[in-house]
Amino acid sequence: MQETTKKQLQKTACEIRLGIIEAVHSAKSGHPGGSLSIADLLTYLYFVEMKINPQNPKDENRDRLVLSKGHCSPGLYSALANRGYFPVDELKTFRHIGSRLQGHPDMKGIPGVDMSSGSLGQGISAACGMALGAKINGADNRVYAILGDGECEEGQVWEAAMFAGHKKLDNLCAIVDYNGLQIDGKLDEVCSPEPLDKKFEAFGWNVIVIDAHDFDNYEAAFEAAKQCKGKPTAIIQKSVKGKGVSYMENSVAWHGAAPNDEQYEVAMNELKAALKEMEA
Amino acid sequence: MADVIKKATRESYGEALVELGEKYENVIVLDADLAAATKTGSFKKAFPERFYDCGIAECNMMGIAAGLSTTGIVPFASTFAMFAAGRAYEIVRNAIGYPHMNVKIGATHAGITVGEDGATHQCCEDIALMRTIPGMVVINPSDHVEAKKAVFAAYKHQGPVYMRFGRLAVPVINDEDYEFEIGKGVTLREGTDVTIIATGLEVSQALEAHEMLKAEGISARVINIHTIKPLDEEIVVKAAKETGAVVTAEEHSIIGGLGEAVCTVLCEKCPVPVVKIGVKDTFGYSGPAAKLLPLFGLDAESIAKAAKEAVAKKN
Repeated sequence: MQETTKKQLQKTACEIRLGIIEAVHSAKSGHPGGSLSIADLLTYLYFVEMKINPQNPKDENRDRLVLSKGHCSPGLYSALANRGYFPVDELKTFRHIGSRLQGHPDMKGIPGVDMSSGSLGQGISAACGMALGAKINGADNRVYAILGDGECEEGQVWEAAMFAGHKKLDNLCAIVDYNGLQIDGKLDEVCSPEPLDKKFEAFGWNVIVIDAHDFDNYEAAFEAAKQCKGKPTAIIQKSVKGKGVSYMENSVAWHGAAPNDEQYEVAMNELKAALKEMEA
Repeated sequence: MADVIKKATRESYGEALVELGEKYENVIVLDADLAAATKTGSFKKAFPERFYDCGIAECNMMGIAAGLSTTGIVPFASTFAMFAAGRAYEIVRNAIGYPHMNVKIGATHAGITVGEDGATHQCCEDIALMRTIPGMVVINPSDHVEAKKAVFAAYKHQGPVYMRFGRLAVPVINDEDYEFEIGKGVTLREGTDVTIIATGLEVSQALEAHEMLKAEGISARVINIHTIKPLDEEIVVKAAKETGAVVTAEEHSIIGGLGEAVCTVLCEKCPVPVVKIGVKDTFGYSGPAAKLLPLFGLDAESIAKAAKEAVAKKN
């Protein structure tokens, strides 16, 4: 990937992170950790990979994205706002009474949201349905689903994995955000779903493991996913929970907690400084 | 007297799906390894490329249906009531109900008349579960004719629909030219002393009860409520006003089903004595379906007895 493109994407990801902090701070609740760990992924998907049209969010031929780990709605909303689906300023209404930015994604109210989600394990099934629908309709759009690593403890994920493998849904790409932490602690201490790569492979998937937060890696992985025929692809991205805000990184405490005013200032200053450095 | 024609409404579901499939290309049928029992097998035979078996994974099937419906397809997700409404409840609520997806759920083997399979498969809670979901239409057809028309009406309705079918062959009571409308109850017999409001296979039992009561000089109105949600409040309130007593009859728990739906309307708009016929907060057990109906107090005699109780409660 060209350095200038990469730099632009990094800046966009930083803007998305600023939006995440803005949203959860204003709501005094929400899930910053897992939102920050997918900020770069969402940037790549919404600004490079996906065939979408913010002016026509319901365009029939668009690629679809299901945020199966729906609690990371601040990440999705910030990506959508920065991509032009609705004003960035609206992020400050997140979880407020009367706002369309519900705690978890609501496809009925929010432009650009392709599936209501939040109850873990369900989004991947809906994504399978969308991918199957595209095949039945002879459409060439692709379907992306973002799952949490902890989410993979839900049995329904594996029902869906079985279905997608069996029906050879090669227009489906699931991305597992592997940050190693869930609400109750470390994945391998709570109830490990490992080995995820071997599990997806066993269900007939093409599996790609990458380090997250690297746009070259995303470019290579998503290109390989598109080239793979006859199999759905699972990209397991090894990420850092809370990425981009020093005190939130690799900390389970920031799974579902909002920064107070002081912490908010620290986070915003860090991200703004990073942005400034990129612009220099 | 001519022989009564009997047919299980699950058969009607299978037949209707084939006819629907011939007419509309966007009809896709999903099943969870029960195609022979739910009768979607006939659709599979007619349109193999439009039938998808999801395997024994009902939760995923409901999610698949939700996703399919976003692409202009009208999916009919089919399995037993126990798994459609019970096992997959939360997926139906969150992935189908909350986004108001255009998904049709065909739930067969509902109620006690599953018979020999026993309690684990005798779902008497599905109406209660489904009617709590905002925007969900809940239809419980009384016979073959109505069941087929319900499938077509469900297709034409925009939004989620739960259709409840049975395993047991039940009398065909409606004429072929009968007009079915979602949410519109049907008065099958006029009456002035009491009204029997029945749904599903209890409708034919109610018609028998009507005759028994007539022989005893009691005039019982019989109303078929095929759509439990949205409930035809007008026909219910009118009947209560005009007859002053009500019996509800359903092959479902007395908790959360037709009886409670009717009581909710009547206690607010026209309080009259109500006696509920249904499964009385108990699990089922194995046995031939026809024998289970009287054992669980769901037969015509039980309805007639309840009607007399209701009449006696009138002041």
